[in-house]
Amino acid sequence: MSNRVAIAGVGMSKFGELWDKNLRDITLEAGMYTIFDAGVPGSDIDGMVIGNMSAGRFTGQEHLGAQAVDLSGLGDIPAYSVEAACASGGAAVRHAYMSIKSGEHDVMLVLGSEKMSDVNQTEAMNTISVASDWEWEGMFGATFPALYAFMARRHMMEYGTTEEHLALPTVKNHANAAHNEFAQFQRAVPIEVVMRSGMLADPLRVLHSAPITDGAAGLVMCREDLVKKYTDTPIFIESSAQRTDTLALHDRKSITTFNSVVSSTKSALQEASLELKDIDVLELHDSFSIGEIMLTEDVGIAKKGEGCKALEEGITEIGGKFPVNPSGGLKARGHPIGATGVAQIVELVLQLRGDADKRQVDGAEKGLAVNIGGTGATSIVHIVGR
Amino acid sequence: MVGIVGYGVYVPRYRIKTTDIAEVWGDTSGRIGKGLGVFEKSVPGPDEDVATISVEAARNAIKRSQIDPKDIGALYVGSESHPYAVKPTGTIVAEAIGCTHDMTCADFEFACKAGTAAMQVTMGLVLSKMIKIGLAIGSDTAQGRPGDALEYSAAAGGAAFLIGMKNPLATIEETVSFTTDTPDFWRREGEDFPSHGARFTGEPAYFRHVGEGAKSLFKKTKTTVDDYDYFIFHMPNGKFPIAMGKQLGVPAEKLEDSLVVRQIGNTYSGSAMIGLARILDIAKPGSKIFMVAYGSGAGSDAFSITVEDAIEERRGQVPTVDDYIERKTYVDYATYAKFRRKIKALG
Amino acid sequence: MAEQGVAQVWRRIRAMYRIEGNKCETCGTHFFPPRPVCPECRRKGKLENYTFKGLGSIYTFSIVRQAPDDFKRQMPYVVAQVELDEGTRLTTQIVNVDPEDVEIGMRVRACFRKIKEFGHSGIIVYGYKFEPVMKVTGHKQ
Ligand SMILES: [Zn+2]
Repeated sequence: MSNRVAIAGVGMSKFGELWDKNLRDITLEAGMYTIFDAGVPGSDIDGMVIGNMSAGRFTGQEHLGAQAVDLSGLGDIPAYSVEAACASGGAAVRHAYMSIKSGEHDVMLVLGSEKMSDVNQTEAMNTISVASDWEWEGMFGATFPALYAFMARRHMMEYGTTEEHLALPTVKNHANAAHNEFAQFQRAVPIEVVMRSGMLADPLRVLHSAPITDGAAGLVMCREDLVKKYTDTPIFIESSAQRTDTLALHDRKSITTFNSVVSSTKSALQEASLELKDIDVLELHDSFSIGEIMLTEDVGIAKKGEGCKALEEGITEIGGKFPVNPSGGLKARGHPIGATGVAQIVELVLQLRGDADKRQVDGAEKGLAVNIGGTGATSIVHIVGR
Repeated sequence: MVGIVGYGVYVPRYRIKTTDIAEVWGDTSGRIGKGLGVFEKSVPGPDEDVATISVEAARNAIKRSQIDPKDIGALYVGSESHPYAVKPTGTIVAEAIGCTHDMTCADFEFACKAGTAAMQVTMGLVLSKMIKIGLAIGSDTAQGRPGDALEYSAAAGGAAFLIGMKNPLATIEETVSFTTDTPDFWRREGEDFPSHGARFTGEPAYFRHVGEGAKSLFKKTKTTVDDYDYFIFHMPNGKFPIAMGKQLGVPAEKLEDSLVVRQIGNTYSGSAMIGLARILDIAKPGSKIFMVAYGSGAGSDAFSITVEDAIEERRGQVPTVDDYIERKTYVDYATYAKFRRKIKALG
Repeated sequence: MAEQGVAQVWRRIRAMYRIEGNKCETCGTHFFPPRPVCPECRRKGKLENYTFKGLGSIYTFSIVRQAPDDFKRQMPYVVAQVELDEGTRLTTQIVNVDPEDVEIGMRVRACFRKIKEFGHSGIIVYGYKFEPVMKVTGHKQ
C-alpha cells in the first residue's frame, strides 16, 4: 500500500464582500462544491477539519468543526478546528495530511473559512493584529500593516527596493485574477493606480495590501489507493512541512527574510525529493506585496534582495519560469484568513489538472504553496504533483 | 536644614499661539493675548496627561538629585486634572520611577497650589524625620471652555521637587500660608470645564491671597523685598504677577526671570513651581528666592528659599525649563481641538 | 473575573512602566519583554531581572495612517522597532517628533505616555514610548 495522500476534489465559495451570506452559508457552499467535485459519497468521509482564524471575534461563533459537520449532513464523524492565524488553512491541510498518513482517517473533508466583513474597521484591524504579538506589538499601536511596513522599510534600506517595486506584485496578481471567476477583484490595475493609492502605513499603501474578504475553500483528501474510486485526475500531496519563528517580529535577527519559510521550503523539497527547478507553479502568501517579494527570495526563485528583479523580469508571471500566484494571490483573489491556505491548494490542483482556463500554466506538474501565519511566526509549505 | 535635593520639570512639546485661538472666536486684533500677557501656551499631546507629565518631571528630578528612588518615603501629586476622579495618580508615578512599595502616597487638589501644598507636607514629614525624602509634584493639563477667556491661558506642564535634608541644592527657610473660603474658580464633579468668577478672580481672590501670604512671610522672616534676588508669583496670566509685584514694591527685574507664563501659559499646579525651577536653573549659589503660589478657592503658600553651592554640579544633567520652552512645535486650532478632546465624535 | 483589561495590564506594569525585562546570566543576552526561558541556554540559563536604560536607536519604522479607534486621535503616528543599547529590540511609538524627520539609526530615549484607554470609563494603560534625545543645556559628554 502506497503511503501518499491524494486530493480527490476541490471547491470554493466566491471570495469577496458577501453581504447576503453568513459564515455557515459560505462554509457550506465551499463544502458542497468540494464534495461534488470529488465525487465522494458523504458516507465515505470519516473525518472533517476546518481552518479558521477568529470566527469568535469576527462572527461570534466558535466550535466550527461541529458546525460544519452538522451543516454538511456528514453524520457523527470527528470534526477538528485548527488555528494558526493566517496559516490556519494550511494547518488544516497539514492536519488532514498527517491524519491520513497516520492511518487514523481514510477520507477527509478539509475546509478553510473566514467571514470578516461583519465587523467594523477597528474590530477587523484588532482581530488581524492578534496574529502578531498583541501584548507587545499590536497594543503599542503597531497595526498589522505597520509590521509589514517595518519589513518593507528595512528591505528598501538593505537592498535598494523602491516604491515602484512594491507595486509590482499587485499589478501582476490583479492581472492574473482577471481570469479567476472566484476572485474578489477580477480586474487589472495599472501601476500608477497602485502607486497613488492611499497610504496605510508608510511605505505600504492600500493596494499593497490584501483586502478584507469573506470566503471558504475545500478539499477532499484521501489515501492514495482509494482515490481512483473517485476521480481520474487525482493530485497528490508530495510533501508537507511546517516551521515556527518568534511570534514578535522584533525578536528576529533579520526582518527581511522569513526563516520559517526558508527552512519549511527546504524541508518540503527534500521530503518530496525535488528541487525548486522542478516546481512549475507557486502560490505564495502575499498578504502584503513586500511579503511576496520576500517569499520570492526565501523560496529560492531569486537571491536575497533580488525578489523585485525577478518580478521586473517577468520570471513570476504566468509564462515565466516560476509563475507565482496565478490565482491572483491573497491580494486579488482575496484573503479570507482561514480559507487562504486551502484556496492556495485549490488553485494548484486546478493548475495541475489543467482546469485553470485562461490563467493556466502550461503543462504544470508540480506546484508549491507557502502559507504563513502572522508576520512569519508560522510557515506551512505543501508541494503537490500529478 | 530642609531643602530641595532635586527638581525637574516637563512641558509638552506642542504650542498654540493665542492669536490663533482669538481668530477662531472672531478677534483678529491680537488684543486678548497681549492684554493677558500670554503669547502662546503649551498643549499636551493626545497621549499625555497629568500622570505622564508627572512621571517625566519626577524622572528629571531623580536624575538631577542622584538619589535612590527607594529612599522616597512620601509622594504627592498636586493637580486639578488628575486622569481619574477616583484612583491616585501618585501610585502610577511611584511605580514608574521605581519607588519602594513601603511608602505613603496621595493625590492633592487645591486648584493651582496643590503642588506647593505637597511641598509643605513633605517638608513636615522630613523635618519630623518620618521620611528621608519626599517627592512633591505639581502638574496639570488645564482645560478651558472653548471661547472662554481661560482658553487663552490654560496650559499643560509640571514640576517635581524632591524634599530632603541631605545635600540640598536650595534650602527652604520658611513657608507660610493664607487660606479663606473664596469661590473665584471651581469645577463641579462631572463637568468637563471649570467656571470662574470673571473679574472676581482678581482683587478679592488672587491679589488678596498672594498679597497676604507675601506680607505674612516677610513678617515671619523679618525680611523685606530688598533681601531677595528673585520673586515668583503664581501666573494665571502674564498680567497678575506683574501687578502683584508692583503692589508689593518688587522691582520688575527681580520678577522677570520667573515669568514662564508668556511662552507656555498657565500650567496651574505647575505654574509657580516651574517658575521656581527656572530660577533654580540660573540662580547663583547664595541667591535668595521669594515664591508665592496661589490656589483658587482660595489660598496662598509662600516660601523663602536660599540657593546652595551644590546646585552648580547638578546642572547639565537634565533639560532646563528653557530647554523645554524652546523645544516646541506649533499646532493650529483644529489640531489643538483634536488633541484636547474637543472633537466629540472621536470620543 | 476582572473588568476588561485590568488584571491583564496590572500584571505587566513593571515591564511597561520601566522597561523591566531580564537577562540570562549564562550567555549574557538581554530579553524584553522578559522571557520565561533563555531560548539559547534553556535549562542551563539563569534569568535575572534587568531594567533597561531606555536608550537606543531606530531599527525600522512606519507612519500609521489607518488605525483602530483607540489611536485615531494620534494619527498619523510613528511606530518603530527600537534597538536598545543592550542589544534587544522592542516595538513602540515614537513621539515628540515630526513623522517626516524619523529615520533609521536615529537616537531615541524612553519616555512615559498613555498607551491606550479602555473606553471613557475603563482603565488607562500607561507605558513606554520613545522620543528623540533632547537638548540639555550645560550637558558635558
Ligand atoms: Zn542564555
